[in-house]
Amino acid sequence: MTEQAIVASGLGKTFNSRSDSAVTALTDVDLSVEPGEFVSLIGPSGCGKSTMLRLIGDLIVPSEGTVEVFGKPAAQARADRDYGMAFQKAGLFDWRKVSANIELPLELAGWSKSRRRERSAEMLDLVKLPDFGDHYPWQLSGGMQQRVAIARALSFQPKLLLMDEPFGALDEMTREHMQVELLSIYRQLRSTVVFVTHSIPEAAFLSDRVVVLSPRPGRIHSIIDVVLGDRETETRDEDTRESEGFFRKTTEIREALRSVEAQQ
Amino acid sequence: MRSRLEPLWPPIVVGVIIMSLWEGLVRLLKVREFLLPKPTSIASALGDEWTPLRTAGWETGKTAVAGLLFGVVAGALLALVVSRFSWLRGSVTPLAVALNATPIIALAPIFNAWFGITDFRSNAAVVIIVVFFPVFINTGTGLSEVESNQIELMRSLAASENTVLRKVRIPNALPFFLTSLRLAAPLSVIAAIVAEYFGGPQNRLGPFITQNASFSRYANAWAAIVVASAIGLALFAFSAVVEKISMPWKQGDPARA
Ligand SMILES: Nc1ncnc2c1ncn2[C@@H]1O[C@H](COP(=O)(O)OP(=O)(O)O)[C@@H](O)[C@H]1O
Ligand SMILES: [Mg+2]
Repeated sequence: MTEQAIVASGLGKTFNSRSDSAVTALTDVDLSVEPGEFVSLIGPSGCGKSTMLRLIGDLIVPSEGTVEVFGKPAAQARADRDYGMAFQKAGLFDWRKVSANIELPLELAGWSKSRRRERSAEMLDLVKLPDFGDHYPWQLSGGMQQRVAIARALSFQPKLLLMDEPFGALDEMTREHMQVELLSIYRQLRSTVVFVTHSIPEAAFLSDRVVVLSPRPGRIHSIIDVVLGDRETETRDEDTRESEGFFRKTTEIREALRSVEAQQ
Repeated sequence: MRSRLEPLWPPIVVGVIIMSLWEGLVRLLKVREFLLPKPTSIASALGDEWTPLRTAGWETGKTAVAGLLFGVVAGALLALVVSRFSWLRGSVTPLAVALNATPIIALAPIFNAWFGITDFRSNAAVVIIVVFFPVFINTGTGLSEVESNQIELMRSLAASENTVLRKVRIPNALPFFLTSLRLAAPLSVIAAIVAEYFGGPQNRLGPFITQNASFSRYANAWAAIVVASAIGLALFAFSAVVEKISMPWKQGDPARA
C-alpha cells in the first residue's frame, strides 16, 4: 500500500467546548486522500468545510480523532513546511511588491536572494503575470491578485495545497478561467489538493473526488467520484463543461446536496 | 511640479481673505486692541519683539521636539512589547487608558515638584505623556489588526511569533504609527506651552504669552501665538513628509492617498 497524503480518522472539532456556547463544527470524519489527488469539500455554509481544512493544516487542534499527513502528524507536516495555503481573500501584503509576496515562503525557508528571484519569475510565468513582478498588489485586479496568492502558495512546491474558496470572490468568467489554469498548474507540479468550494460546477470540474458535507454537526454525507473519461489520460478544458459526463456529475452532486438540505 | 504646488495656493488665498476681513472688520467696528488686535499690529509686534520671540520659540520648540521624540519612542516600544507578549495586554492597556483619562495638565505642578520648577524637564514630561497615548493606541491597533488569513498563512508556513511580528505586524502597523505621529506632532507644541504656563524656565513662549497679556500687550501675546503655530505647522509638515517617504507602496494608490 502506498503512503496516503492525508488520513483523517474519527476527526472532530468542538469550539468553546467548556462553555454553553459550544459548537460542534465537525464530528466523526474519516477520510483518506491519495498523493496527487484533487479532492473538493462541498456543503452548505457553516457545515465545517473551513474547519476541516484548518484541522488538516494544523491551524486548529482537533477535539477528537487524528490527522496524519504523509505518514506524520499534521503538526510535524506544518513544521516541515508541507503545506501551501490560499484563501478567498488573496491576503497579499500591501507593502511587498508582487514578486516579494511570492517569495515570502522562500524567505522563511532561508533561500538565497538570487534563487528566490529565479523562482518568483518562474511562478509569475506559470500564473501568466510575467510583467507584474514589480507592481504593488493594489495595482492588480482581484483575479490577478488571486493568481499571485496561488503562485505564493505554490512557490516552494509544497506537497499539499489547501485552498479555502480561493475563487469565491471572482466573477463567473474569471473564475472558470482560473479553474482551467489551476488544473494545468496542478498537473505540472503533481501536487495534492484539498479544495473548499460551494460551487457545484467548480467541484465537478476540478476534482477527482467530491466530499459532500452535511451540517450541524458537520459530517461526511457522501463522497462522489468524478471521472470524466479515462483517469490517466483525461483532459479537462472549457469543452468539458458542456459534456454529457460533466452534466451527470453536477447533477449527482446537486442531488446529494439536496438530500443534505432535506435532512435539516 | 504643478501638482505639488497646487495644494498650496488654496489655503494661501483663503488665509489672505481671512486676514483682510479681520483687518477690515477690526478697523470698521473699532474693536479695541485688547480684545482683538489687527493683523498688522500683530505683524509689527512680531518685528519689534523678534529677538525674545526667536529665543522663546527655539526653547519651546526644543521642549516640544524632545518630548515628542521620547513620547513617540516610548509609545511605539510599549505597543510592540504588549503585542508580542499578549499576557501583558490585560494589565498594561487599561493602565494606559486610565493615564489618558487623567487630565494630564493636572500633573504639571507635580512634575514641577519632581524636576524643579525652573527645569525644562518638568515641561517635557507633560509633552511625553500627551504624545505617548495616541502613539501607543494607534500603533497597538496596527500591530493587532492583521487579516486573520494572513496570520494563518504565516502559521501554515511554520513562521515563529517573532517572524510574524517582524514580517507582518510591524509593516502592517507602520501607517497607523505614522498617522499617530502626524496627530502627535502639533499636540506636542500645545502641551509644551500649556505646561509652561504652570512653571519651567521663563524664556519660553508660555511665560512670554502670560506676561505680555498681564501687561495688556496683546499684540505681543498674539505674535507669540503666531510663532507657536508656525512651530506646530513645521512639525506637522515634517511628519507628513516622513509618512510619504517611508511608505513607497502607497505612492499613487487612489484608495489610500
Ligand atoms: N473559531 C471559531 N469559534 C467558534 N465557532 C466557530 C469557529 N470557527 C467556526 N466556528 C463554527 O463552526 C461551524 C463551521 O464553520 P466553518 O468550518 O467555517 O464552516 P464553512 O466553512 O463550511 O462555512 C459554524 O457553525 C461556525 O460558526
Ligand atoms: Mg468557510
